[in-house]
Amino acid sequence: MARIDRIADPWGTRTPYGPGEDWPVRVDTFLKEGVSPQDVDRWVPTASILHSNGDGMDIAVKDGRMVGVRGAAGDRINRGRLDPKDLYAWQAGASPDRLTRPLISRDGALVETDWDTAMDAVVRRSRELLDEQGPGAFGFYTTGQLFLEEYYTLAAIARGGIGTHHLDGNTRLCTATAAAALKESFGCDGQPGTYADIDHADVIALFGHNAAETQTVLWMRMLDRLAGPNPPQVICVDPRPTPVARMAAVHLAPRPGTNVALMNGLLHEIISAGRIDRGYVDAHTVGYEELERRVEEYPPARVAELCDVPEELIRRAAGLLGDAERLVSTVLQGFYQSHQATAAAVQVNNLHLIRGMLGRPGCGVLQMNGQPTAQNTRECGADGDLPGFRNWANDDHVADLARIWNVEPERIPHYAPPTHAMQIFRYAEQGSIRFLWVSGTNPAVSLPELSRIRKILAQERLFLVVQDIFPTETTELADVVLPAATWGEKTGAFTNADRTVHLSEKAVEPPGEARPDLEIFLDYAGRMGFTGKDGTPLITWTGPESAFRAWQECSRGRPCDYTGLSYERLRAAGGVQWPCDQDHPDGTERLYSDGRFWAAPEYCESFGRDLVTGTPVEEVEYRFLNPSGKAVIKSAGYLPPHEMPDELRPFHLINGRTVHHFHTRTKTARAPQLRDAAPDVWVEMSAADAAAHDMREGDLAEISSPRGVVHARLRVTGIRPGVLFLPFHYGYWDLPDDAGRTRAANELTVTDWDPASKQPLFKTGAATIRLLERGGGDAPADRDSEAEPARSRTALADEEPR
Amino acid sequence: MNRIGLALRALHHGERGLAQDLLRVSERHVSEHEIHHVARDLSAWSQRHLRELAEIGGRYGARLGTGHALETGLGARLREKRSELVKHRSTPGMLLLHDLRHIHVQAAGVSLDWEMIAQAAQARRDTELLSLTERCHPDTLRQMRWANAHLKQLSPQVLNS
Ligand code: SF4
Repeated sequence: MARIDRIADPWGTRTPYGPGEDWPVRVDTFLKEGVSPQDVDRWVPTASILHSNGDGMDIAVKDGRMVGVRGAAGDRINRGRLDPKDLYAWQAGASPDRLTRPLISRDGALVETDWDTAMDAVVRRSRELLDEQGPGAFGFYTTGQLFLEEYYTLAAIARGGIGTHHLDGNTRLCTATAAAALKESFGCDGQPGTYADIDHADVIALFGHNAAETQTVLWMRMLDRLAGPNPPQVICVDPRPTPVARMAAVHLAPRPGTNVALMNGLLHEIISAGRIDRGYVDAHTVGYEELERRVEEYPPARVAELCDVPEELIRRAAGLLGDAERLVSTVLQGFYQSHQATAAAVQVNNLHLIRGMLGRPGCGVLQMNGQPTAQNTRECGADGDLPGFRNWANDDHVADLARIWNVEPERIPHYAPPTHAMQIFRYAEQGSIRFLWVSGTNPAVSLPELSRIRKILAQERLFLVVQDIFPTETTELADVVLPAATWGEKTGAFTNADRTVHLSEKAVEPPGEARPDLEIFLDYAGRMGFTGKDGTPLITWTGPESAFRAWQECSRGRPCDYTGLSYERLRAAGGVQWPCDQDHPDGTERLYSDGRFWAAPEYCESFGRDLVTGTPVEEVEYRFLNPSGKAVIKSAGYLPPHEMPDELRPFHLINGRTVHHFHTRTKTARAPQLRDAAPDVWVEMSAADAAAHDMREGDLAEISSPRGVVHARLRVTGIRPGVLFLPFHYGYWDLPDDAGRTRAANELTVTDWDPASKQPLFKTGAATIRLLERGGGDAPADRDSEAEPARSRTALADEEPR
Repeated sequence: MNRIGLALRALHHGERGLAQDLLRVSERHVSEHEIHHVARDLSAWSQRHLRELAEIGGRYGARLGTGHALETGLGARLREKRSELVKHRSTPGMLLLHDLRHIHVQAAGVSLDWEMIAQAAQARRDTELLSLTERCHPDTLRQMRWANAHLKQLSPQVLNS
């Protein structure tokens, strides 16, 4: 057993293995100082909640309190390993500033109240607005961090009870493009690959996916392959010199906003070298000819110029991709939050389709998620979709959902696509949404162009309900604040980015009067008295397990079929991958193994969209294009981004994440080890640019865009010249009240989104930078990747390879 | 000028109007971010069509200028400002519906013009002209569908509030 500082070394010790072998077990444990394993009363099973990887783990409980965590040795996802965030951030649950009582706004200030008063206020306003304006006055904005049962209940309340179209998750910011790209290519959401594909791959391509920081345990798996015999070759597409880039055989650092051009260039090379699986293309896809024609316009020389990447590197990357026998590709925010997001992500699917590399060991696409339970937001219909991947444009699907909910089909709005988050905020800005219920997210820091978002949320005419576990920049603006229980304080299931469902059990009581989100939603539904056709209650379930059973019925016969699962089954088996039904009693490791897709017009989740204009494709068009439900190869040309650097603002500005923090840091900054690892915002700039601006490491800089300014310490890195990077986690809750609004990266972001996935673009925009104050010493940057010696005794965690 | 020349001239006129209107919609609805950005991209399609039409027009006796620049700049910027100012009132919603409706109608006219020219090109086996219509006409249909889709999505909210 080794004790190491997992702040300094986020990935821990290597356990090398070769192709086709099982990934060795290594159990990571962190217990509070003074607690030893023998002291622990109970280990309560759950899975990680601070990223989408879905690592199985146990919570250590002593005297009714959490005292530590341990990775689950038998779990198929992590085999005992834990991400540094999971090792330390559980401590935040016991933080003294948890919300423990409901708050209500009185004379402009939030004061404590009881649940009845708070819920009465919410219900009263709901009734008034239903009478006055109808369902269109309501918006619900949720998260990627609740549990499946909670999303499904919320979807039933919003779509079946109120009957509004305006329900979306903050998953719009992190995973909407994954869903959109899967729908475009395969007719339906659902991750084709599995993490186990890493065990077999000979080439792993990470497209805009800094796995080392966002899915650390998946990266450990890749590192262990790289350390073993016959290692895979890694291709990295990222403008930053990430830990992934350092391990890559080929690192492409394209100019921000040019991913489509780059992908087209790679496809061009693969096609012209004849490295395609013609048999697979003919048997299982439509649209290939158009792709062939389209990518002809992207020879490497042109792409090299558009992307500002050496032609030679494009050829080498294409060579590796074309020669791969077992290719795994992963995609994340570098594509999803960038210009032409869906079009770029779809080209990765195309790469696998034309090479026939799907559904076999080592041949998989992983369109990753950002948040831990984003997959459930999508499948339960709390994202811009109907529950069970039902197609809003298919009347039979709507009728089927209406049957399950025992309501008239007209009750469920389906006259247009469900309203996406950015449009919900626009309706609130215009005043046509007058009731907004935000659960488990902090839009006042995470949405683009914060000055605008703050104004929208602060409007007098908007009734704002915020349900969360801590006071945040968003709760400050609320009319009613509802204190929620969190992970470890409630029971429910959730699903990770490779379709693995875990049960997360309650380990400890929530603080004060905080309640599980599910209870809050059920309470609202009860008070509102939502009923079905015959006057019986719309919501027939009363707790997590009955909600899970209701959801199973809703999922029956759909791609995300949960009918073969149960709490009991999940307790016994640990993580299981859906679909899990009569035909697949043990779950399904890989989708599309037989080259058959969920894309038939009658069955598919979506008829797709025009990748440039975002216009939904009509059913007749889709039937004509794809009558027999094959995979759809969709091509796209490169378009210049909407905001480009110019003389005034010569830099591309991108924002993103870091290994030690999650989202707006509400949990991670309340764990001392994580807080101190990366205490404040910084900006990254290339050495050449720093020299040109006479700026040095540690200087205080001012970064400005047409939307606002941010002050940050400079870190000089190997980032692409002409690009600035800001981590987006930092808001204002841990600063003094009078601190200026100059810390959050999203003060600067442009309001623009991908027309197909509606995902906002956090990685496309122009900015300028100037010296504010000479520094001295280092920027408070996250030194994760540089493996400094252990500096914190409190961050020592145990590692036990087995 | 022969009759095809006349038809090309009418089409050119229509495309020019569409390019201009899309730009105007973009400038007028700055706070409707998707409309603002995408309308500009779609205007670029019509501007490309104008160039292509000008290139081919001479063969049919139609001198189609690429001359007059589309109107942007100060006048347009004033409109953008105003749109910033009124973004909290509900009238812009109605204005947007009106503008999108107009785009749809304008694009429908252009689409019909492309249709006629494609028919004529087929009849005279004019492959160059035919391939021009095959390149451009689908764009027009996408412009139309774009306006239509936004109308479908926005009108329930705008008209019920
Ligand atoms: S930080 Fe971004 S990517 Fe991560 S979960 Fe939050 S929204 Fe998603």
